[in-house]
Amino acid sequence: MKKKESIFQLLTQKPWDPTQMKVDNLHKGATLDLSKGKLGLRYIMVISTIFFCLFIVTYSDRLIYPDWQKMPEPLMLWLNTFILFISSIVFLNAQIAAKNSQFEIVKKRLIVIGVLALAFLIGQLFVWLQFISLGYYVSSNPANAYFYVFTALHGLHLLGGLIYWFISIRKVWVPSNIVIAKVKHTVELCAIYWHFLLAVWIVLFGLMLFT
Amino acid sequence: MAADSYEDIAVGKGDAIPALEVKPQDLYHAKSFWTRWIFCQDAKVIGIQYSITAIAIGLVALVLSWLMRLQLAFPELVPFIGPGEYYQFVTMHGMIMVIYLLTALFLGGFGNFLIPLMVGARDMVFPYVNMVSYWVYLLAVIVLVASFFVPGGPTGAGWTLYPPQAIKSGTAGGDSLGIVLMLVSLSIFVVGFTMGGLNYVITTLQARTRGMTLMRMPLTVWGIFTATVLALFAFPALIVSCIMLTLDNLLGTSFFMPAMVQFGEQSDYSGGSPILFQHLFWFFGHPEVYIVALPAFGIVSDLISVHARKNIFGYRMMVWAIVIIGALSFIVWAHHMYVAGMNPWFGFFFATTTLIIAIPTALKVYNWVITLWRGNIHLTIPMLFALAFIVTFVNGGITGLFLGNVIVDVPLSDTYFVVAHFHMVMGIAPVLVVFGAIYHWYPLLTGRFLHEGMGKFHFWVSFLGSYLIYFPMHYLGFVGVPRRYYEMYDSEFMTVSTNYLNQFITVVALIVGFSQLVFLYNLITSAKFGKKAGKNPWKACSLEWRTPEVPPGHGNFGKELPIVYRWAYDFSVPGAKEDYIPQDIGPSQVPEAEAEQT
Repeated sequence: MKKKESIFQLLTQKPWDPTQMKVDNLHKGATLDLSKGKLGLRYIMVISTIFFCLFIVTYSDRLIYPDWQKMPEPLMLWLNTFILFISSIVFLNAQIAAKNSQFEIVKKRLIVIGVLALAFLIGQLFVWLQFISLGYYVSSNPANAYFYVFTALHGLHLLGGLIYWFISIRKVWVPSNIVIAKVKHTVELCAIYWHFLLAVWIVLFGLMLFT
Repeated sequence: MAADSYEDIAVGKGDAIPALEVKPQDLYHAKSFWTRWIFCQDAKVIGIQYSITAIAIGLVALVLSWLMRLQLAFPELVPFIGPGEYYQFVTMHGMIMVIYLLTALFLGGFGNFLIPLMVGARDMVFPYVNMVSYWVYLLAVIVLVASFFVPGGPTGAGWTLYPPQAIKSGTAGGDSLGIVLMLVSLSIFVVGFTMGGLNYVITTLQARTRGMTLMRMPLTVWGIFTATVLALFAFPALIVSCIMLTLDNLLGTSFFMPAMVQFGEQSDYSGGSPILFQHLFWFFGHPEVYIVALPAFGIVSDLISVHARKNIFGYRMMVWAIVIIGALSFIVWAHHMYVAGMNPWFGFFFATTTLIIAIPTALKVYNWVITLWRGNIHLTIPMLFALAFIVTFVNGGITGLFLGNVIVDVPLSDTYFVVAHFHMVMGIAPVLVVFGAIYHWYPLLTGRFLHEGMGKFHFWVSFLGSYLIYFPMHYLGFVGVPRRYYEMYDSEFMTVSTNYLNQFITVVALIVGFSQLVFLYNLITSAKFGKKAGKNPWKACSLEWRTPEVPPGHGNFGKELPIVYRWAYDFSVPGAKEDYIPQDIGPSQVPEAEAEQT
């Protein structure tokens, strides 16, 4: 019965019209067929995307000035990217396990993901130390500055993700908290965020690689 | 109809359509004083906390404006103000008024208090995040205030914080903690606001009660909702520029800082682009004007409709105008930069987009005026403020048309004409709405009216006073008096008349400022001694007045949520016994009313 209406249709409704009133009286209240958690996550992802996009805009503006000196890409960065990629794949696996209510597998996968995330963060710190020892300081060139800013902000986003990861793992772990639908939902949300972080990193890394 | 008035019909008893089974919602229940009043998760209390904090910090900004005015007119009275202090006051006054007062009050204060009540929800969808949002906002305010007490004082860079001067030693607070605290405070504010915005957006979209379609929402909710969406797109630009400027300042990066020589010494910076900062700042800064204005538009529409006992004229167009203004506000930002070093060719594009905004805005003004036409106008205090808003907004808007044109803007830039324009359009106009809204919803908040005599005094002094302050400033601008000058000395444009005008403006500003104390006194005493208002004293249609208790209790509505059968503007429906039909009154309860013909 419920037909999806376009934004245009919605905005041209006449709420005072008797025929429209009958239709409106049956309206259930929510605009989108989404859980509030999922919508909240989308909200956060939209804001983060805008945030990183603005940085990228400034990056591309600063890039054209003559003092820009490209940074080298150490092998370690590729390794870190690979680690993040693997953790996203493991999360896909955890998502499937959660869907099938195999919570023992979900537990193990979540732990692996946590370890991989920490490994990624430590790896990034290691890259920082490497750069500093080679004399690539944050203030010596705008390219360096952007590298440190991008990695730091992405790292902070990952730390935020780890908080949600901790909430997920607690929900899966403590049996009394297991309300199946809720756990599945939490794991799904956490997974989506994880894939989002991978996408952000690939964009940022690619940007620094090719410019 | 069995009951004598709508107020006797219990919420949820409109039986035209059987009530849906409402699932019990996990409501947060306060257990102690601390969780009830301090760390509270109830949106209404959070709204009040936001409002009190915003008004308190706003008073600081008010005092700063007095000091600035005194310095301009009677410098001998304030010998402690030097150029540095003057700029610090200018900066803090602007920043506090725009962000920490108006944004926080409209979205954090009115948004929290009104959205759940108006859409028929028990609370915001994420109450815990909502609570944290307030405390993060408070932290931002504390960091801001702290900058008054650090060595070197707060930043004096102007509210636009343009580099390179913002972080150089020539500017007050530029080479000390002042600018750092400002940037940190702004970043914290954005984080806190993002948490609040999450609630405003998702509650409006998902938590409305049954029958409440988007196009049945009161325009207040539309205004706050759209403003929040704008803020979500605009505030990241502010935080990005804050982060990068902080790094330029503390770590010596050169995002915005160009190579420069100061006191004969070459600085360590090189190659940065100050214009880039300006673009980022105004990409936030211009939508910010509408973040403040759109809630005001929404609220004033409701005030006019309720107090003129007429449905709002062109409801759909009002919604479209809100949305279109919101969208356009993102492509006009560089009209703040005509003389700031931007490529002049851009000016043509931005002048065009700026002038296009006049169309939806004028549409709104016409609709307000047509709503009043043949309405049953009650000159209550909220209505007085609403009418004053229309006049003031038109005045401020028209000077905006002048300034939007590059050719007119160039000579008028950095004169008092600009000061007059933006104070009228985004200072006085929204503040008049804030006052109107407080007089309107105070009975819902406390169950009592604000004192009418004091209210009228407050209105006339504020309204006429603000015209006496800002009208002469247009003239000062034409004569060429530059803004931001600490002292005018005996320059060409400082004629006898401008000197007298300056003194006149200062005297009026002090009087208007003091009249706000009457308002504050009224706010505090009326809570206890005001005339009892009872339920729905203005006979409004929207849901916030349909709560079983006044002030609304925990969970807003009684056992069952209201069901909505009509839009929020069924005033003076032909055939109906009373001149309003609340949103949750079903057709079977008002069989005599004919359908609204618009």
